[in-house]
Amino acid sequence: MAEAVPAGSQDPHGGHGHHEQSFWSKYVFSTDHKMIAMQYMFTGMAMGMIGAFMAYAFRMQLAFPGMEVPLYGLVSPANYNSLVTNHGTIMIFWVAMPVLLAGFGNFLIPLMIGCDDMVFPRINRLSYQIFLLSAIVLLASFFVPGGAFGGAWTAYPPLSSEAQYSLTPMGSSFWVVAVALEFVAFLMGGINFVTTAMNSRAPGMKMYDIPIVVWMIVIASILFMASVGPLIAGAIMLFFDQNLGTAFYDPSRGGDPILWQHLFWFFGHPEVYVVLLPALGVTAEIIPVFARKKFFAYKTVLYTVFATGVLSFTVWAHHQFIAGIDPRMANIFTVTTLLISVPIAEMCFVYIATLWGGSITLSTPMLWALAFVAEFLIGGVTGIFLGASGADIYMHDTYFVLAHFHYTFYPIAIVGTFAGFTFWFPKMFGRMMDDRLGKIHFWGSIIPFNCIFIPLFVLGMAGQHRRIFDFNAYPDLALPWMQHTREFVTIALLVMLAFQLVFFYNVWKSLRKGEKASKNPWKSNTLEWTTESPPGHGNWAELPTVYRGPYEYSVPDREEDYWPQNQPS
Amino acid sequence: MLEPLFQPFLIDWLVPSASTYADDIDFLWELIFWIVGAWFLATEGIFFWLIIKFAKKRSPKAQYITGELKSQKQYISYPHMAVLVFDILILVFAVKVWYDVKQDLPPAESTVRVIGQQWAWTFQNAGPDGKLDSADDITTMNELHVQLGTVYHYKLEALDVLHNFSVPVFRLKQDAIPGRVITGWFEPTLTGEYDVQCAEICGIGHGLMGARIHIETPEQHAAWMASHAPISLASATPDVSAEE
Repeated sequence: MAEAVPAGSQDPHGGHGHHEQSFWSKYVFSTDHKMIAMQYMFTGMAMGMIGAFMAYAFRMQLAFPGMEVPLYGLVSPANYNSLVTNHGTIMIFWVAMPVLLAGFGNFLIPLMIGCDDMVFPRINRLSYQIFLLSAIVLLASFFVPGGAFGGAWTAYPPLSSEAQYSLTPMGSSFWVVAVALEFVAFLMGGINFVTTAMNSRAPGMKMYDIPIVVWMIVIASILFMASVGPLIAGAIMLFFDQNLGTAFYDPSRGGDPILWQHLFWFFGHPEVYVVLLPALGVTAEIIPVFARKKFFAYKTVLYTVFATGVLSFTVWAHHQFIAGIDPRMANIFTVTTLLISVPIAEMCFVYIATLWGGSITLSTPMLWALAFVAEFLIGGVTGIFLGASGADIYMHDTYFVLAHFHYTFYPIAIVGTFAGFTFWFPKMFGRMMDDRLGKIHFWGSIIPFNCIFIPLFVLGMAGQHRRIFDFNAYPDLALPWMQHTREFVTIALLVMLAFQLVFFYNVWKSLRKGEKASKNPWKSNTLEWTTESPPGHGNWAELPTVYRGPYEYSVPDREEDYWPQNQPS
Repeated sequence: MLEPLFQPFLIDWLVPSASTYADDIDFLWELIFWIVGAWFLATEGIFFWLIIKFAKKRSPKAQYITGELKSQKQYISYPHMAVLVFDILILVFAVKVWYDVKQDLPPAESTVRVIGQQWAWTFQNAGPDGKLDSADDITTMNELHVQLGTVYHYKLEALDVLHNFSVPVFRLKQDAIPGRVITGWFEPTLTGEYDVQCAEICGIGHGLMGARIHIETPEQHAAWMASHAPISLASATPDVSAEE
């Protein structure tokens, strides 16, 4: 394997300076955190396109049942199930996680805390390689006999554990192996993020001088590592049930299908915060820059995030209110679930308070960051309906749930990603993006997004339940207004997908002809803006020293309205 | 039970309510709707107002506010205490409704066994004597007949994978789990024919696993039972004993 670094060296860049690397060691087997970040980010975006294509195929089927979907063909019930299952799995595990946690985490942590690379660069490289393997395994499941798994991204047994019920003997196993591999990859990444952020900070950088996004990624990694163990255990039991004839989840032989639900959601709920926190962090970096304002109550936000992280381990059974658990348990989980709205609301208020007294420029990254707050709020408030056990009896497994979590995950995975990508694009590639095209892409994504999911709330209220390939089988759901609403939603999706072409054109054009980016085009304080755009191998010629916190904007009695962290007083 | 505060109407526009607790669930839903709706509008209102008020052209120079002072923090601490108060209010009603629907079962006047399997519903109606597993039981596929104003207990079972017995007009959902019998209740309050759904993915036929519920007046229901009794006595009874 091409290896530019002497084996056994603790510091791969120490004493070498900026040496030339071969193609293989620079792009494929790189241990450079920036290259690994790009690998994660572009793999994630490619998976995002696949996930979006799946959404396109099943939305076409819902709006125009039985049609030959262009580029896909007929969507059979089995196809429909595997499309929705893998759309969900891909968007959460192969898009939100790699882009937000691994992509931004790898790119930003060393650059924002002022070090030359991750603490364990080779573990980092292995992490990406295992991640890539997991993506290949998942996609391969579409080409095995029986086709891809279609038992929903939650994979509840016995449907997921027994081939006679799922009819996808190999697809189910591929699915669970892919998910388990993906978790191994992120465990390695998480170890790296936490260790690097805690141990490799630049001289002078105290705990409270660490930018919020780094804190958020660290806390997200801790949440992930603490919650994923039970799920990996559950996944192994599921794999054994599928392939070795064990009966962990088979009630006729002493197992219990509900066991999986507890293991899955014990992980699954913290997982929401694992992807939410990096997105919150990304917006926390962008809003102060474009409001020229110190972040409001930095410490309060940190404590709030710690509290959210701890609370997030106590709410999992709100996914299982009506799953056959003891009904008395629902009361406890309603209390914890509603409590979690307190720190989340507080974070929302802090972001809004940061705008007070600012001097706001609505550049493309700022639009995305503000849209994150505005849209995530809808996802937040609609969660109350579902966390309140009594209302969940009706809302459970309807399109109201679906619209709710898309109002959380779309802002996280799509809005958060575009916010960060457009903000750090100059640092990543050394060129500015076209702001006008960026704004067209923004409005072309945000308006259709709301046109897709607001109507789905209404359909959910009308009792439309999930994972049905053709609602005409249900007389009460086949009413003309409902079918027209489904058509409207699908058309809005097509519009949104079409506008993504603007983004790809913008990236392509900006990479080739974009204005050259200076070191610090946004006049930002954090350390990544003190090095070249893009940073060379090793990040800085001389590692920076830190003198102050990351958000000292518009400090009185200073000529400049920003004050980089590395500038001596 | 809870309507004295106000009569919910939003979900009723879309789906009729046909059980005694449907209005309670709608009430809770709508209570949350008005509370979070007001919060949502206020928050978004302030948010957009700040974006406009402090746009660069109106506010060329930003202020230096740390947000660490008590006088500044109060702008977020008071709202967040208010959030907590509203949470508790919602919590009280949520637990009350939950308790009435899922925990506190009124005495049964009749019983129906509901069995989910890939991909059909079997309903075993207790028949004229109101007792399950007696000779006059009526077993039907994908068609549930119940009588208006009668408290039913359902005994929910699954034969293969998870299913979910969902009756939107009742606002009722309950997972069915193989190997368990889950008991719940409902009391129909509106006649008519409505959807029964399977609301838990159960394989490739999940989308087709619908049934219909027929809510009948006592006269209609008696007539239905009379017309079905002889046939089901001949066909359904051996099945029942075979299952026992």
